[in-house]
Amino acid sequence: MSVNNDSIFEVVIGLEVHAQLKTKTKLFCGCSTAFGSLPNSHTCPVCLGMPGALPVLNKQAVTMAIQAGHALNCDIQTESVFARKNYFYPDLPKGYQISQFDKPICLNGHLDITVNGETKTIGVTRIHMEEDAGKLLHQGADAIAGATHSLVDLNRACVPLIEIVSEPDLRSAEEARIYMETLKITLEHLGVCDGNLEEGSLRADANISLRKKGDTKLGTRTEIKNLNSFKSVERAILAEVERQTESLLAGKPIVQQTRHFDDATQKTRVLRSKENAHDYRYFSDPDLLPLVLDKAFITSIKEAMPELPMDRKKRFMTQFGLSDADSMTLISDIDMLHYFETVVQNQPSDLAKELSKWVIGDLNALLKQRYVAFADCKVSPSHLQELVNLIQQGTLSGKMAKTVLQDMVDTGKTPKDLVAQSGLAQISDSSQLQSIVDSLLDANLDVIEKVKAGKTNAADFLMGQVMKQTKGQAKPDLVRQLLLESIAKR
Amino acid sequence: MSTSFIGKTVKTIHEALKNQVITCTQLIEQHFSHIQAVDPQVKAFLSLMKDQALEQAAKQDALFKQGSETRPLAGIPIAIKDNLCIQGSKTTCGSKILEHFVAPYTATVIEKIKASGLIALGKTNLDEFAMGSSTENSAFFATKNPWNTDYVPGGSSGGSAAAVASGQAVLALGSDTGGSIRQPAALCGISGMKPTYGRVSRYGLVAFASSLDQVGPFAQSVEDIALLLNAICGHDSHDSTSSTEAVPDFTQALTPSVQGLKIGVPTQLLSDTVDPAVKAAFVRALDTLKAQGATWDTFDMNELEACVSTYYILAPAEASANLSRFDGVRYGHRNTQAQGLHDMMALSRGEGFGPEVKRRILLGTYVLSSGYYDAYYAKAQQARTLVKHHFSQAFKQFDVIATPTSPSLPFKLGEHSENPLSMYLADIATIPVNLAGLPGLSIPCGFHEGLPIGFQLIGKHFDEATLLKTGHTYQTVTDYHLQRAPLCQ
Repeated sequence: MSVNNDSIFEVVIGLEVHAQLKTKTKLFCGCSTAFGSLPNSHTCPVCLGMPGALPVLNKQAVTMAIQAGHALNCDIQTESVFARKNYFYPDLPKGYQISQFDKPICLNGHLDITVNGETKTIGVTRIHMEEDAGKLLHQGADAIAGATHSLVDLNRACVPLIEIVSEPDLRSAEEARIYMETLKITLEHLGVCDGNLEEGSLRADANISLRKKGDTKLGTRTEIKNLNSFKSVERAILAEVERQTESLLAGKPIVQQTRHFDDATQKTRVLRSKENAHDYRYFSDPDLLPLVLDKAFITSIKEAMPELPMDRKKRFMTQFGLSDADSMTLISDIDMLHYFETVVQNQPSDLAKELSKWVIGDLNALLKQRYVAFADCKVSPSHLQELVNLIQQGTLSGKMAKTVLQDMVDTGKTPKDLVAQSGLAQISDSSQLQSIVDSLLDANLDVIEKVKAGKTNAADFLMGQVMKQTKGQAKPDLVRQLLLESIAKR
Repeated sequence: MSTSFIGKTVKTIHEALKNQVITCTQLIEQHFSHIQAVDPQVKAFLSLMKDQALEQAAKQDALFKQGSETRPLAGIPIAIKDNLCIQGSKTTCGSKILEHFVAPYTATVIEKIKASGLIALGKTNLDEFAMGSSTENSAFFATKNPWNTDYVPGGSSGGSAAAVASGQAVLALGSDTGGSIRQPAALCGISGMKPTYGRVSRYGLVAFASSLDQVGPFAQSVEDIALLLNAICGHDSHDSTSSTEAVPDFTQALTPSVQGLKIGVPTQLLSDTVDPAVKAAFVRALDTLKAQGATWDTFDMNELEACVSTYYILAPAEASANLSRFDGVRYGHRNTQAQGLHDMMALSRGEGFGPEVKRRILLGTYVLSSGYYDAYYAKAQQARTLVKHHFSQAFKQFDVIATPTSPSLPFKLGEHSENPLSMYLADIATIPVNLAGLPGLSIPCGFHEGLPIGFQLIGKHFDEATLLKTGHTYQTVTDYHLQRAPLCQ
């Protein structure tokens, strides 16, 4: 059943986004944060929760959390506190998670997003730091239900996360998705998160409620846990909004619940209700002193902040004449962006504009077809510059360059080598072309007459013949020019 | 047969080793023989490390032979409370849940004692997870007081205290959360110190209450306390709460002089809550110090009784989280009959923990629960701030504060087992010191019916030196610390 609720209800959404910080080591110990290693190979007494082991805070993680806070326009707190969040689960070695609770590191921020060309400001309530839990591998079934037993991998335990909590400022599933995308781009640009959704580097919980249009009081909310792609954020919210709408229209009030979005059914189902909510018994962790930050330290991080993505997008539009969409494409793919920046570095502005078209256009398309990331692209920035130079010098036509680029993507060879190898260079030597034109005209006197009689498109036939004889390598403008001049002389 | 060095102080043994009157191997063997002879009665040790100890002694002998050994503690036998991790050795915490747990790493304080040449003999008994004041809460057996085995040695570091008092070890390490070094030191007639919070690394000390726990030394004399303190203090990058405060050479404080020293005594600890025999010995000790040039005066410390309540909210709260890691998942006791995850955890913990530990986990969980947090935990934190404040006020007036270590005489085994709350009051004089993070030293000051009595000196933060100086002065003019328990022969 599809309900048009637009006129009745307003959708209110807040997102809690967990982002993994890109530190080399874990939040409270020296173990590596590398993904995909053998289970439990990156562990030590601290992250295994051995008796007597103690946490020591990773300074790089603090720096990154502050960078994120600055990028999201937050007030960085000079004192924040780590607390223990108590619950039992096999992936939680200490029986509590160390997480900031009532005194987080960042407060009162905001993030601007663009929805249908309009800028909208989304409030960021807080950013807090916490450690991740480990991973359970259920055996004998796909999920915990039906499994005979579970294996525990604690490589991820104690990996640093920041949780970014938005205000309930989002009004649609689309806005929520765009907010999360913008957040991802921002964190990636800062270099504080690799934005790798497949590896779980970014996960969201969505709080959703409906209220009658015009109401100021928030409706009862439900929370959907652990959404790990942009698509699932959007779809889960759509599904939940539909469920809540139907419920309200049927006169059934919403029950405060934690829900799970099932990808297979595209529906949300209940995990637990408020009565069964955990009492986490938070209290400040006596093993860690309050995190006291020097104002000068906070400022020094602010001063060293890289250009933020939306600023960069605007710059690209003016500097390289890119369209809004192209510029957005560029900042949305951090690998492409880094490639682009190397390619256009120290290039004159005309050339840079030309290069940007090739990067965003053909090269991007060729790589996508081949499922190759820009980071793994075989075409070195200098080779691409060389290719564009060959076009500008007239050695290659645009069409030929596309063929050459394809080979460059596949082989990694230089455009010059590929041109020499295939004899693909454009013929722009007029004396070489003149002799072909002359013999062709000699054999087609009737066509000359037609052209002279005003049927200029008869010359197209002659053009085609020259291109055929030169296997398409003749420079078309030059051929046309030579043809018209030679006919006029006869 | 070499001369016996059982019951001797560090200085005497060090001279003998240096001059090769005795080899380190002989010294260690003497101690293991003595352990074999008396520990069946005292029951101080949970496990022994004889092979490692003799191996280390042999290496030590080579150094003494070369004449290159100058470290004052080299070759001295030490006992270790069984809540400190030593890689490859069992660390049980006196609990069934860790009965077979072998530590995969070594505590910083153990690394430090090894670096100073001390030789660990074994791990000593304790109240389970250091929760108790009698060592009766050990899951394995109760330790006895070497002065009279009908009596408890105090706790929770009762094994360590009894080991030193019975001459089974020259020195020992304990941990003190609410009096667990000072109270057993007093009951066993030896010296024991809880250093300032942050002085000694807690990395590798199995946590009871993280904001109160501190590792500290036991010895026959204050002189020996200073030597061991030198070895164990200092910043540790593995412990965020360990202090960067500079560590002095504590032996420099061992000059017998208390001229002009101002001693404060809480009025409440001269009241009827204190056993008359204890009070008499305590006042005698104060007067002894007065005779050496110190002055003493009383001051009101109304929070004292509230300190016990405060402690029994904060310590269990922290413990309830600290002990969550014992869930049967990665190590420790696991119930194998359980049908699911929840049952496995609940049964493993139910079977693994003893009644006192369960009592405190329940208490701690309760005071942190939503709806009760503000009334209990938050209020207790405020009370703790008040206690700290009151101490800093008192220290504007006095250089040290003195109290009886325990308000009561040693009690018999089983005497308090029906009423745990009555035992909680045994810590009334020691708990405030942990709440304020101050250093406290307990030294013997008398006997009653053959059982020792001790008194406590409390110092300013990081001012262990004044305590050592005062204690040492007292021991130069008294001989209580020279008396040896009957089992120390």
